[in-house]
Amino acid sequence: MDEVSVDEGESNSSIEVAPALIAVHPLEESVAVATGAELRVFSLKGDQPINLQDDSEGPSHSEAIRAISFGAKGRFFASAGDDKLVKVWAVDSWHCIRTVCSEKRVSAVAVSHDGRWLTFADKFGIVWAADLSVVRDSDMPVNRKPIPILAHYCSIITSLEFSPSGQYIVSADRDFKIRVTVFPRNPSNGAHEIQSFCLGHTDFVSCLAFVKTEEDPLGFLLSGSGDSTVRMWDFPSGCLLCTCDVGEKAELGELIGEEDHPAVTDLCASPDGSIVAVAIQSFCGIVLLTCDLSTKSIAVAKVIYFKKSFIPTCLGMSCSAERLWTVTGASNFPSSTTLPLACVKVIDGLQNCYLDSNGAGPVELENDSIPGGEKLLTKLQGSVSAAKEEKALSEAAEAVKTAMRNLLIKKQYSAEKRDFRKRSRNDKKLKQ
Amino acid sequence: MDNKPDRQSKTTRLPRKRFYRARAHSNPLSDSHFPVPVSPSQFEYSLHYPHFYPSEETNETDVGISSAAKTQPKIQFADVGCGFGGLLVSLSTLFPDTLMIGMEIRDKVSEYVKERILALRVANPGQYQNISVVRTNSMKYIPNYFEKAQLLKMFFLFPDPHFKEKNHRRRVISMHLLDEYAYTLQVGGTIYTITDVEELGIWMKSCLEEHPLFEAVPREELEVDPVVKLLTSATEEGQKVARNGGQTYQAVYRRIAAPLVENGRVSPPVN
Ligand SMILES: C[S@@+](CC[C@H](N)C(=O)[O-])C[C@H]1O[C@@H](n2cnc3c(N)ncnc32)[C@H](O)[C@@H]1O
Repeated sequence: MDEVSVDEGESNSSIEVAPALIAVHPLEESVAVATGAELRVFSLKGDQPINLQDDSEGPSHSEAIRAISFGAKGRFFASAGDDKLVKVWAVDSWHCIRTVCSEKRVSAVAVSHDGRWLTFADKFGIVWAADLSVVRDSDMPVNRKPIPILAHYCSIITSLEFSPSGQYIVSADRDFKIRVTVFPRNPSNGAHEIQSFCLGHTDFVSCLAFVKTEEDPLGFLLSGSGDSTVRMWDFPSGCLLCTCDVGEKAELGELIGEEDHPAVTDLCASPDGSIVAVAIQSFCGIVLLTCDLSTKSIAVAKVIYFKKSFIPTCLGMSCSAERLWTVTGASNFPSSTTLPLACVKVIDGLQNCYLDSNGAGPVELENDSIPGGEKLLTKLQGSVSAAKEEKALSEAAEAVKTAMRNLLIKKQYSAEKRDFRKRSRNDKKLKQ
Repeated sequence: MDNKPDRQSKTTRLPRKRFYRARAHSNPLSDSHFPVPVSPSQFEYSLHYPHFYPSEETNETDVGISSAAKTQPKIQFADVGCGFGGLLVSLSTLFPDTLMIGMEIRDKVSEYVKERILALRVANPGQYQNISVVRTNSMKYIPNYFEKAQLLKMFFLFPDPHFKEKNHRRRVISMHLLDEYAYTLQVGGTIYTITDVEELGIWMKSCLEEHPLFEAVPREELEVDPVVKLLTSATEEGQKVARNGGQTYQAVYRRIAAPLVENGRVSPPVN
């Protein structure tokens, strides 16, 4: 009833808003930022901005990029979004080696650890796999078309990840589901064997990350959700090991105002889980958690407050987890200027706050101490001074928040309602 | 129910968002919403099968495993899109110790089935305690009701045909949804499908045939399975088709184990 009025009153523009994204190479060799249709890459290894080259003969991104990811242990990078293009880049040269066309807009992307398979999720909740291997002989052509391998019925997939061993592909959706599926050696006939569902979240699942130790090489899954929690799972069994109510534990209530249960919007973790950075809806800062994998517990380690109007839209970290890279910004929001907005902030000394509480805490790096310095900022932000555009940034943050809500909570209803109306029409037809 | 005081934040008196977000799990396909268990361990067995769960208090604890539920029987048969519940009623006395559930998306229809079962329980003391119904969208929420390998039998009798090609993805049998049914059925468990629409019959059979986790149940076994006879006779839709002398197309398949070794990697055991 009330949903009808709410979602019919919604303007399309708020749904189109795309948050800025960031991805850090596992060895911190490069950093990528996506804002709108723009993909910006800076090579930290070469200390220079990258000019992307396209060898794939496919079109370039023309609409908002919704998902970026370093895959195959940092050999490949994938980008995808509203233009229905999924582009795969060879990280050593930053040439686009493949452009795959999706039938629908793309919401999540992941490349298998062996670099053979590109997987992506479309707006219908279907996960596709495309073979990335190069055609070597013409007798055995590789099937270049993506194949649907699994689906979340009528729910948009927010995150797609391969487990550390590569044995499973894990998909999270806008209802509250996390599905763990055995990833077959040859997925061209689909991925039919569901290993488990990780159920416990009571709102949309926004993000996934894996952590592991030598004792537990299979690892554990972390998930963040609109229900304000981060949860730890024994994912092969779907067993919930720990729930951390981040909004409550970090005592963010007053800072965020009206949101007494703010959504977890992104999360990234050091490989062993000792450092887990969490971004929270409406919160100008980061909450750092720590996972104890021996006791299977998650605790809040530290809350970092930013200057006003920097609400991170996305987080990134290399394997060494020395630094946390964050970005805020958006494209396509009503008052946005011509340039898609992105502003980067780097937190250094992450390890410190875990050692002892009196030691030097994590610090927000000044422009000139950020790796790559102003050159990097010029590339990734579009200008060194993006951070000064406070007004634009806070508008962007607000737009992202509204868009998240609309997209994550209400959009699915209209799709289902249509579904239902059609279905009930069929029912009638049948009865006669 | 929107006036409950705890729905408002104490400090601001504004409706708390968390209660509105909760709608994400109920599914406003019609004017009222239905609740969905967060996970199978949250399913309220004592409400649905009081006879099998005597004096067990409904515990409202957060997501966790209710230890009592572990030792008590779980649902083993599911009738998906159960309509008016004729199949459940017939199966109930045939398998009196097996818990069964009907899943139905239409509010009024599921209410009807609920009333029907309650009336049967009153009229036949001690009987019909093993069947119940939930209003739900089976295409979205099967994993919320059943754990891995929990079910022995699943029924899909006379499902909606969705003729148009672009609506095929709405069919309740599809390659993708079969993955979920395979997950929730134990190895050796059975999936029963029947329709009077030839095109749908071919579709359901070919999905099952293609799916690596199902194989056809041999004819000899079908002949001795008492359940097979019910497919055409027990449900309201089946009876209607029979009255009109319509032809039916059935496909009965068994859940088989996944291949154990995949590229030298041993797959985790299917439990
Ligand atoms: C044609 S009727 C058949 C009913 C019953 N099985 C019989 O044989 O009499 C199909 C039923 O499936 C229900 N249904 C359709 N889609 C459903 C869904 N996604 N979840 C649950 N029930 C559904 C419909 O409401 C309808 O009652």
